[in-house]
Amino acid sequence: MDATILLFLIQDGVTNGAIYALVGIALVLVFTVTRVIFVAQGEFVAYGALTLAMLDTGKVPGTAALLVVFGACAFLAQLWSSGRDIDLARLGRNAALNLLLPAAIAALTYWLAPMKLPPWASVALTLLIIAPMGPYLYAIAFRPIAEASVLTLLIVAIGVHLAMTGLGLVVFGAEGFRARPLTDMTVPAGPLIFTGQTLSVYAVTLVSMLALSFFFHKPLFGKALRATAVNRLGARLVGISASLSGSIAFGLAAILGALSGALIAPIATVFYDSGFIIGLKGFIAAIIGSLASYPLTALAAIGVGMVESFASFYASNLKEVIVFTLIIPVLIWLSFAHGHTDEED
Amino acid sequence: MADLVKSILNPRRMVFWLAAVALAIVPVIPAIPVYWVTLLDNIGLAALVVIGLVLLTGVGGMTSFGQAAFCGFGAYATALLTTQYGVSPWLTLFVALAVTLVVALALGFITVRLSGHYLPLGTIAWSIAIYYLFGKLDVLGRNDGITGIPPLSIAGYALSDSRSVFYVIWAFVLFACLATSNLLDSRMGRAIRALRGGTKAAEAFGVDTARIKLIVFVYAALLAAISGWLYAHVQRAVTPTPFGINASIEYLFMAVAGGTGHVVAAIFGSTLVILLKEALQRILPALLGHTANWEPVVFGVALVLILQKWPGGLWMFVERLLPQPPAPKIVADAAPLPVRSLPARGIDLLLLERVRKAFQGLVAVNDVDLAVRSGDIVALIGPNGAGKSTTFNLACGLLPLAAGTVTFDGTRIDA
Repeated sequence: MDATILLFLIQDGVTNGAIYALVGIALVLVFTVTRVIFVAQGEFVAYGALTLAMLDTGKVPGTAALLVVFGACAFLAQLWSSGRDIDLARLGRNAALNLLLPAAIAALTYWLAPMKLPPWASVALTLLIIAPMGPYLYAIAFRPIAEASVLTLLIVAIGVHLAMTGLGLVVFGAEGFRARPLTDMTVPAGPLIFTGQTLSVYAVTLVSMLALSFFFHKPLFGKALRATAVNRLGARLVGISASLSGSIAFGLAAILGALSGALIAPIATVFYDSGFIIGLKGFIAAIIGSLASYPLTALAAIGVGMVESFASFYASNLKEVIVFTLIIPVLIWLSFAHGHTDEED
Repeated sequence: MADLVKSILNPRRMVFWLAAVALAIVPVIPAIPVYWVTLLDNIGLAALVVIGLVLLTGVGGMTSFGQAAFCGFGAYATALLTTQYGVSPWLTLFVALAVTLVVALALGFITVRLSGHYLPLGTIAWSIAIYYLFGKLDVLGRNDGITGIPPLSIAGYALSDSRSVFYVIWAFVLFACLATSNLLDSRMGRAIRALRGGTKAAEAFGVDTARIKLIVFVYAALLAAISGWLYAHVQRAVTPTPFGINASIEYLFMAVAGGTGHVVAAIFGSTLVILLKEALQRILPALLGHTANWEPVVFGVALVLILQKWPGGLWMFVERLLPQPPAPKIVADAAPLPVRSLPARGIDLLLLERVRKAFQGLVAVNDVDLAVRSGDIVALIGPNGAGKSTTFNLACGLLPLAAGTVTFDGTRIDA
């Protein structure tokens, strides 16, 4: 292997790793705030990528209609949970957030999609469609059993993953799609060529992390989220709504997922079920970060990307085997480093 | 003797025996189409895996997304040995079990000591790795798998159709049910059941929770391996697909649907899900008019709904219709348990010497000395935040000491 190949492999690993980092960070965020091990995070990635690819071809993505369905279910779930005492103001807010908002976004999509928007506008519209799905899913699947054990929440997340993959097949079909790159720009750097797309992957990942870090430290919402992550009970005692924190966490996760999807869509062909594997690679990173540390997760994600890129060079046949076996040394290490870390929940 | 007859004839058991007899005559009724017998075979194969999962998830409070991969070990082990080396299928059962035992022990050993959610996550990752491995290895026939596996045979008679293999499958299911019920009724079974309420309480009663977890994990894996071994000889061919992550998720769905606290609920859950699957494959295309596959959507939504509305599973609806179980019999004249020799009065029984605990900067327990003599009643009093509970937790080993020693009856117990 010469230096050029080495550089290529590293470049490839960092690019994929950056995307896994976005996924891994979303997983850590959702877990620390809501205790949900959100295995369906990858579905946001697939939805984002496929929505962007549809918009590129001037078609209305099926996710627009799906958003309305999710909103309606969230509306019903909220109605159900409020029971018999009907408070008009709350009902109005519920209807506005869960019925009017998705309807408006869907209408906007139906109006804009045939115009073949420029790439940046397509990405923005994609984010607009996918982002509200996070809070809706939280309201439908997780809020009613927010106090259940981590294990139950994980199995519910598996149910959400199954349903979302199935719905992905229904709205997008079994065919894979690729989106246009954001720019056609290329930057030669020695033997390497950085496409505009790879550069935007790096830029978006970095900016997202900085933005998240700002969000956690400056605005009150962010601080509330951080407080919930540190101590759920304590946060509730000082008046932080656990359900609002959960909604925000899932909203952020959906945005991060859709962003990763928009970034990966021009690089790789995405199928309705591609999300699960991407999500699980993010998981390996998150587990290395003990489902707690953002910087460690991001670093580990780059590591996963590297292992994957080198594995595909040396043993392309066994690429997935190698990447997923990575978890075993990690678990051994965690087992011996932390020893008995059983937490009661 | 009368007691034994009474216990076999109690109304609740009678219902189960009647159900078993009814099930046993199904395949010999010629009017019943092979299709239904095959369906029952599939239910039995799934139930074997789900019984293990119920023990793991419902009773032990752990879960695994790797059960289908364990089936794969059983299936591939026998497929390889019977087709390549002509080994008898009944001998390969032991090889299949041995291979699975080694793998499950190794995987279990590294995960059971970690907190609850690492086990499911670990099993998801390695079951995907194993699925890809099955599809890439030349010796296992890559994605085409292995074909031409011989059927099971008893005394020269080949069990090559659904009706004849039915009895073998359900004999294993019955055996698994009885073995699991017996296990749960034993001393170890009580230890397993204690895991669900968290490990601290169980450990306080002297249960080696890591060991018990490992045993349950391995037991569930072995049941899955038997199912895989049977599957290979029923299908006569193996490919990687039925051992992937989606199959594992389906098994978990069966366990959740049936209910995660009862062995019979595992059979009930497998029946429900397999019938639902058949119904979906027949009804939905007719209803919706196109070929879109709604199965995962229905399964996913059902999984979420069941956990939200009936977290105990759907078996409870059947349970209500059954006769009540007889009250456990109390043996009034049972021999008393042996009495331990008590220590002499007035000697130091529990001794805390310069015990110290610091939480980061805060010293919660500052060099405490405490002696409890046998026969004494000692009270530990102090204002809020004085460190009373922390001292207790240090004495009984729930918290590690920063410094000092704890001695009980002459033996140091802080380790």
